[in-house]
Amino acid sequence: MLNDYTNAIGGGLLIGLASLFLFLSIGRIAGISGILWRSLSVKSGQESERLWSIVFVVGVCFGGWFLHVIADIPVPELVTENRWQIALSGLLVGFGTRLGNGCTSGHGVCGIGRLSLRSVVATSVFMLTAVLTVILMRHFLS
Amino acid sequence: MKIVIALFCGIIFGMGLALSGMTDRMKVLNFLDVLGAWDISLMFVMGSALLVTIPGFYLSRRKAAPLFSDRFSEPTGSVIDFKLVLGATCFGLGWGLYGLCPGPAISSLSYGRLDSLLFLVTMLGGMTLENLLSHRAGDNN
Repeated sequence: MLNDYTNAIGGGLLIGLASLFLFLSIGRIAGISGILWRSLSVKSGQESERLWSIVFVVGVCFGGWFLHVIADIPVPELVTENRWQIALSGLLVGFGTRLGNGCTSGHGVCGIGRLSLRSVVATSVFMLTAVLTVILMRHFLS
Repeated sequence: MKIVIALFCGIIFGMGLALSGMTDRMKVLNFLDVLGAWDISLMFVMGSALLVTIPGFYLSRRKAAPLFSDRFSEPTGSVIDFKLVLGATCFGLGWGLYGLCPGPAISSLSYGRLDSLLFLVTMLGGMTLENLLSHRAGDNN
């Protein structure tokens, strides 16, 4: 239980440091939804943008695996879900993060970190909506 | 250099996500379930990340340019409009339905599960859909 807190703090510090270092070194905001989108979009003239985005996304995937290799932390248990619910969730997350220009990292960690009011509003809205969705799903619809 | 830095930052970011518990979607759902199994430990993830980014970004304003690039590219928009709120609402709905946001969705792929792949593919579908719709609306974002 105590480990949950120390891991959360340690993980948060790593996320914050990675975001800050990306900004200080190459001047970019570590917003995952935006970087993921740019890694796949094929606008011409932005090849170098695309390249670092791809490499960053690969790093996020590799880092997630690597942590479990070097630290004594088990891979999260697989709890399956209705396929349609997963697909609907994915669609909403993808659509919403593009329309709102950011997700937990871009708005939550970097945007609030830059004291952007826009990001404070976005983060409050998605946190509140997510909380209400879980309450609805777990306590009223099940 | 840019590539090496992007890889390094990506790896540290991914390790942070896995260490913090954000890739454990059930833990995320328990964190969001404030009326039930409320697991507040995940609050400390954003909390400690902000402990780094708030002073860090503030101090970075004293520098004219980043170390390995000619300028900082910060988002310039400051408008709080319907688009922002609707986008955040859709994202919150989706996040609450399954418990994954984009970063952990990418990291979770490394666990080699079909569910994570389905989530990622549909998430990219949602992004593409938004892109098509906003282009149709004449908005060149």
